Amino acid sequence: MHHFKRIIAATAIILCAPAAMAQDSITVAIQLEPPNLDPTSGAAQAIDSVLYANVFEGLTRFAADGAIVPALAERWAVSDDGLTYLFMLHDGVTFHDGTPMDAEDVKFSLDRARADDSTNAQKGLFAGISNVTVVDPLTVQITLDQPDGMFPFNMAWGDAVIVAPESIDNIASTPIGTGPFAFADWVQGDRIELVRNADYWGNPAALGSATFRFISDPTAAFAAVMAEDVDAFVGFPAPENLPQFQADPRFQVLIGNTEGETILAMNNQRPPFDNRLVRQAVAHAIDRQAIIDGAMFGLGTPIGTHFAPHHPDYLDMLGNSPHNPEKARALLAEAGFADGFTTTLKLPPPSYARRGGEIIASQLRAVGIQTEITNLEWAQWIEEVFTNKDFGLSIVSHTEPMDIGIYANPDYYFQYDNPSFQAVMTQLNATTDEGGRSALLKAAQRIIADDYVNGYLFELAVATVAKADIRGLWVNQPTAAVDLTAVRRAN
Amino acid sequence: MIRYTLGRLTSLTVSLIVASLVIFAVIEVIPGDPAAFMLGVNARPDTIAALRAEMGLDQPLFQRYFAWVAGMLQGDFGTSWTYKTPVADLISARIWVSLPLAAYALILSTAIAFPAGIYAASRRGGAGDITIMGATQLGVAIPNFWFAMILVLIFAVNLRWFSAGGFPGWGNPALALKSLTLPAIALALPQAAILARVMRSSLLDMLGEDFIRTARAKGLTRRQALWRHAVRNALIPVLTILGLQFSFLLAGGIIIEQVFFLPGLGRLIFQSISARDLIVVESVVMLLVFLVIVVNFAVDLAYAAVDPRLRRR
Repeated sequence: MHHFKRIIAATAIILCAPAAMAQDSITVAIQLEPPNLDPTSGAAQAIDSVLYANVFEGLTRFAADGAIVPALAERWAVSDDGLTYLFMLHDGVTFHDGTPMDAEDVKFSLDRARADDSTNAQKGLFAGISNVTVVDPLTVQITLDQPDGMFPFNMAWGDAVIVAPESIDNIASTPIGTGPFAFADWVQGDRIELVRNADYWGNPAALGSATFRFISDPTAAFAAVMAEDVDAFVGFPAPENLPQFQADPRFQVLIGNTEGETILAMNNQRPPFDNRLVRQAVAHAIDRQAIIDGAMFGLGTPIGTHFAPHHPDYLDMLGNSPHNPEKARALLAEAGFADGFTTTLKLPPPSYARRGGEIIASQLRAVGIQTEITNLEWAQWIEEVFTNKDFGLSIVSHTEPMDIGIYANPDYYFQYDNPSFQAVMTQLNATTDEGGRSALLKAAQRIIADDYVNGYLFELAVATVAKADIRGLWVNQPTAAVDLTAVRRAN
Repeated sequence: MIRYTLGRLTSLTVSLIVASLVIFAVIEVIPGDPAAFMLGVNARPDTIAALRAEMGLDQPLFQRYFAWVAGMLQGDFGTSWTYKTPVADLISARIWVSLPLAAYALILSTAIAFPAGIYAASRRGGAGDITIMGATQLGVAIPNFWFAMILVLIFAVNLRWFSAGGFPGWGNPALALKSLTLPAIALALPQAAILARVMRSSLLDMLGEDFIRTARAKGLTRRQALWRHAVRNALIPVLTILGLQFSFLLAGGIIIEQVFFLPGLGRLIFQSISARDLIVVESVVMLLVFLVIVVNFAVDLAYAAVDPRLRRR
């Protein structure tokens, strides 16, 4: 009996072990663990989710609303011919290991990203650079092959952050950046810990420390939030549980947009999708709201072209392709497919594709288009659909920001080849004034919507569940990031 | 005994060689280029080629197989393509979650199953027997991942006695054990149900044997005969099941570690498969196969210890 009492006492002690956390720390969960901690190689979004703006900074950066604002460069100037950029760096910036950040580090970072043996997943961002010159320790001059109005935008990507030659060897496991948080620890498979950088050059972070945890299973995610193991879950994987959190005063639910244009991709070079009438018929066969309600639990904003609806230059082209099965059937008949046709629908793993695919298949069947659905793993999808272009239809979310330029590449997997669109993109790259760029971006959106290149479905939403007292989290995701710079607790 | 042990060792070695060939071959035929997958859709062909070279994928197949096996024999499991750290480090960090979890579950299931099985056998047909057998029927039928979710809902979400998952590390052993408790219970109960049934039926078989009747005739009570003679003889089938269960607990951990987001080998495999980190998948699967084969080897030796007749075979 004594033993029994002791066991009970010991259990009670264990159960009441201090769970209390200091009020200036936060535990944030995201779905996937970063495979490594080097944002300048590898495409995994989770790397940016943890490190972007927290540990690493670039010359420019994305603000919460998607605007491009100064970061390590306090300002920049572009020459009249658009070929030369001068970036003026902040004074007194140091890396977390104490070494100063200067123009040499910028040159090192950019040259490394565009080198022949570079494994930067977004090497295209640096392709236009012909030369990087150190003018003085706080000034870098970047010369381009041809004008690129997107250049300050490109430099805001997580793949373009500034790293130091002193710490590059171990960057994959011990990232050393310039941001408001320094990397502290990584227990692989469980958590990454960051601590406030006391020597930060800008406004210091309100939080003293932050812990990232990785929970991909929807049921486990629900349990972790409900048990208050985590203070916030960015990119909550179980949308069906959101109403329960919304009704619970302990939590707040933030629903925002990502940069993910979710499209029904059509193989523009393969019959029958080489026929614009067929593509238009497909566009009219789609009921966007039914897909958003059925596959995404109502989360998502319908789009009529390949552009983020929260962007100021977004053009509402939804009127171009309303749901109209009769019109779709008439267009198919006009194209010579009065009896419909059969094609393939290849689906990558995310639920928007797998669940959305079933709904789209039934919508297409209603106008006479039969689809053979094939479920693919990501690696297979990249090989079959993206590289070998062996598909009729596919569903995928294009998550890169401002990626309408992919329509100017006739070798891109949906193989859209339109010289007039390509001319608009060339002109856009040569234009640096805001008004001119805005007009060209709108023209580009109109061309691809009028050509019905792909079926434009919806902008992928992101749901964040957080404790009610957490302030300053991003609602939208202009780039994959959990920017903790402005995060604090209300009380 | 030496010949018996040598025979078992030979079959262990052959199993390992066959397993390594099968694992390597199966993982190589998985479609999709890991380099293209890791770099995503905006990567340029020269970047993918550079990464393939960095990962050693440009070398011939047989050369990579022998390099892999030779490396493992020296304790070098290669370098993870995604984590960029040695696979051996990844494994050694995570095995201290998976092995303790499996051992914890094994201890729990044995601690529950042995008394339950023996009690049921000694009260055959009574109310206690019927209750225990009914409970084990339920235990066998319930999948452990579902049971795990129910445990989380009750003890983490509602009662808040435990956290819903995660592992704080062995720096604080009490907290570490606490975080493994729900997963271990989820793993152990279905196993305990099977084990208790085997224990009971094996004991009942023994109780009908001649030597028990002889022991009773010598004046031992039913209980004395059970404890002194039947239990020891009933252990052979139970040991077999225990050996199989250890493998099952390691494998079952893959799902349970997902439910409780524990940083163990199961989660490592799961993450590596979805990240196409094939070198990690190959090495961890090989390690699990090795553990299972070694446990079975140990069970074979344990038979010989329990049953002297086997030693002379």
